[in-house]
Amino acid sequence: MKNQLGKLSNPEELHSPVVIDGYSADSLVKYLELMLTIRKTEQRLALGRKDGLIGGPVHLGAGQEAIAVGVSEHLRKTDRVFGAHRSHSHLLALNPDFYRLFAEVLGKETGFSKGMGGSMHLFDQPSGFYGSVPIVAGTVSLAVGAAMAAKLQGVDDIGVAYIGDGAAEEGVVHESLNLAKIQNAPMLFVIENNLFASHMHISLRQPSDMVARFAQANDIPYEVIDGNDVVAVSQAANRLIDDIRLGKGPRLLELVTYRWYGHVDWRDDVDVGVERSLTDINNWKARDPIVRLSTAMLESDIWCQSQIDELNQRLDDQINKAWDQAMSDPYPSPDATLKYVYSQ
Amino acid sequence: MIGQGLWSPWYVGNSMTDLDKKFGIDRVIDTPVAESACTGAAVGASLAGMKPIVVHPRMDFMLYAIDPIVNQAAKWSHMLGGQANPGVTIRSIINRGGEQGAQHSQALHAWFAHVPGLRVVMPSTVKDARDLLIASVLCNDPVMYIDDRWLYDQEDELPPIVELELSSQGPLVTQIGSDITIVASGHASLLAKEAGEQLSDNNVSAEVVDIRVLNPLDVDTIVASVKKTGRLVVVDSGWLTAGFSAEIIASVLECLPVNTLKAPPVRIALPDAPAPTSRILEQAYYTSTKDVVDAVKKMFD
Repeated sequence: MKNQLGKLSNPEELHSPVVIDGYSADSLVKYLELMLTIRKTEQRLALGRKDGLIGGPVHLGAGQEAIAVGVSEHLRKTDRVFGAHRSHSHLLALNPDFYRLFAEVLGKETGFSKGMGGSMHLFDQPSGFYGSVPIVAGTVSLAVGAAMAAKLQGVDDIGVAYIGDGAAEEGVVHESLNLAKIQNAPMLFVIENNLFASHMHISLRQPSDMVARFAQANDIPYEVIDGNDVVAVSQAANRLIDDIRLGKGPRLLELVTYRWYGHVDWRDDVDVGVERSLTDINNWKARDPIVRLSTAMLESDIWCQSQIDELNQRLDDQINKAWDQAMSDPYPSPDATLKYVYSQ
Repeated sequence: MIGQGLWSPWYVGNSMTDLDKKFGIDRVIDTPVAESACTGAAVGASLAGMKPIVVHPRMDFMLYAIDPIVNQAAKWSHMLGGQANPGVTIRSIINRGGEQGAQHSQALHAWFAHVPGLRVVMPSTVKDARDLLIASVLCNDPVMYIDDRWLYDQEDELPPIVELELSSQGPLVTQIGSDITIVASGHASLLAKEAGEQLSDNNVSAEVVDIRVLNPLDVDTIVASVKKTGRLVVVDSGWLTAGFSAEIIASVLECLPVNTLKAPPVRIALPDAPAPTSRILEQAYYTSTKDVVDAVKKMFD
C-alpha cells in the first residue's frame, strides 16, 4: 500500500493538544460538551449491549467524535445529511437528544425512528438528519439526489454523506462522485477514514491509504485533515461548505481517525481484526479528540479541572436518567410491523 | 425526470419525445452511465420533497440499481417509523424481441412484486399508461411502473385526465364473460384481450381481467370472476417458475370454496430459459395470442 497520509495515519503521531488560538471559550466548551455527550452516550450503549439489554448490534464510533461535531457546526436544519451503520455521532451532533437515541436502540416507540429502526436505521429530518442505513454506501447516491433537489428548489442547502474508508470501495460511491460533479450538485462527501472496514486494515483493501484520491479522479476539490482535531475539522468543513453554498459544486473532506471499539459492539476486536493490535489502540487513544481539546483548554487557562469534573458529572447524571427513562418506555404496538410498509 | 437516454429520441420509443425541450434539461436530466447512483439520486430527491421519475429504458440494466430500489426506497418508510416517504416513480421498460437476446428482454415484475413497500404497476392500455403514471407520481410511496415496448403501437382517443389515487386502483374486468377467466398484466393483457375476442367467435365466453397493480395485490375482482366462470388461465410475460402467474393462482385458490373449479388452473408463461437471439428460436419462445386461444380451448376438451 502507498502511504499517502503520512503522520495522519501513524498512531504514534499527533498526540499533542490541538491549536485553539483565536477561539472563544464559549465555542470550545460547546465542542467539548458535544463530543463528551456523544462519547458518554456510546459508552452507555456499549454497556447496555454487553449487559444484554440491547438486542441488536451497535456500531460504536468512540474516538471519532470530532468529525461529526466539527462538520455539523456549519450545517443547518434544512441541510440533507445521510449516515450509515456507525451514525450515532452524526445524528447527535445535529441533535444531542440521547434519550431518543437510547429509546430507538432499545426498540421503544419513543425513539428517533419510533422503535422501528434500532441503532442502524436512524431518522431526525427536522434536524437535517434524513436517515442512516447499514447497507454500506447505501445512502451516498441518495444524498447526491437530495443535493440536486436543493439546486432545483432554488435554496442553498446542501447534501452531506458520511462515508467510511470501506464504503469508498463500493462502486456506487464512484458513480455518485461522478454524478455530483457533472451535475454541480451542492454536496459534501465526508470521508471518515478510520483505516478499518470491519476487521480489515486499509492496507489489505486499497492500494493507497488516502481515499481523497477519488476526489482527484473526479476533479472535486478536497482537503485531508486530522479527524481527531475538532478545530481543524471545523475550519476545513467551514471552507468547503462555504464554497458549496456559493454554487461551486461538490467538495470532499477526508478525516483520518480511528475507532476504539471493534466493528460492532463493545469489544476491542484485536483478536478478529487483521492488523489491529492493543498497542495501536492505545496509541490512538492517546490521540483522543476530547483529551486533546480539554488539555489545550486547561493549558490556556480557558477553564479549570473542577469545571471539567462538573461537566462530566452533569452529563453522567443526564445520561443515566435518560437511559432509565428509555428502558421503561413502551415498545411499538403490535400493528406497527404492517402499519409503516406504505404511507397509506 | 432522470435517466439514460432522455435527451435522445431512441431510448424510450415515442413516449418522451421532446420533453427535454418542453421542460428544460434541468428538469429532464440525461445522465452518466450510472444506473445505481441515478436511481439513488431519484430516491434521495424524493426524500427532499421532489416527485422524481427515474427512467430505465431497459429493465435489464436497472439491475445495477437494485439496492436503491429494494433496500432503500422500499424500506425507508418502514425502517424509520413511517416518517420518510420516498415517493419516487421508477419507470422500467421491458424491451424484447428483435434478436436482442437475454440481456435486453427480461420481464422481472414478479421480483419487484415480492418486495413489501414497493407498489408495482403494469399498464396495458394507452389510458392506463397515462393515468397510472400520473397516479404513480402523485403517490407518496415508491412505485415500480413497468411498461412494455410491445404495447407502444396501440392508439386510443383519450378522455381528459382524471387524477387517480393509486392505492384505490387494482384489477379491472376488461371483457365480461361466463365460461373462463383469463388474467394477465402488461403485454400479456393485450394477448388476453385478443384471445378473448377470438374465443368469442368460437363460442367460448371469456372474462378478461387486467391486473394493472401487482403489489399490493387486490385479488377480490379475480376471485369473483373465477367463482362465476369456474375456470382460470393466467397469462404472464415473465418466466413460469416462481412467477407472477403462480401468485395469482395461489391467491385465488385460497379464497375459493373447494370444487369451484371445473378444470385445473393453467399458467401460460415464458419457458424457464433466457431469451434466445435467433429469430426462429425467439418466435417459439414468446407467447402468442394463438398460444392463449389454444390453451383455453384445451381446457374445454
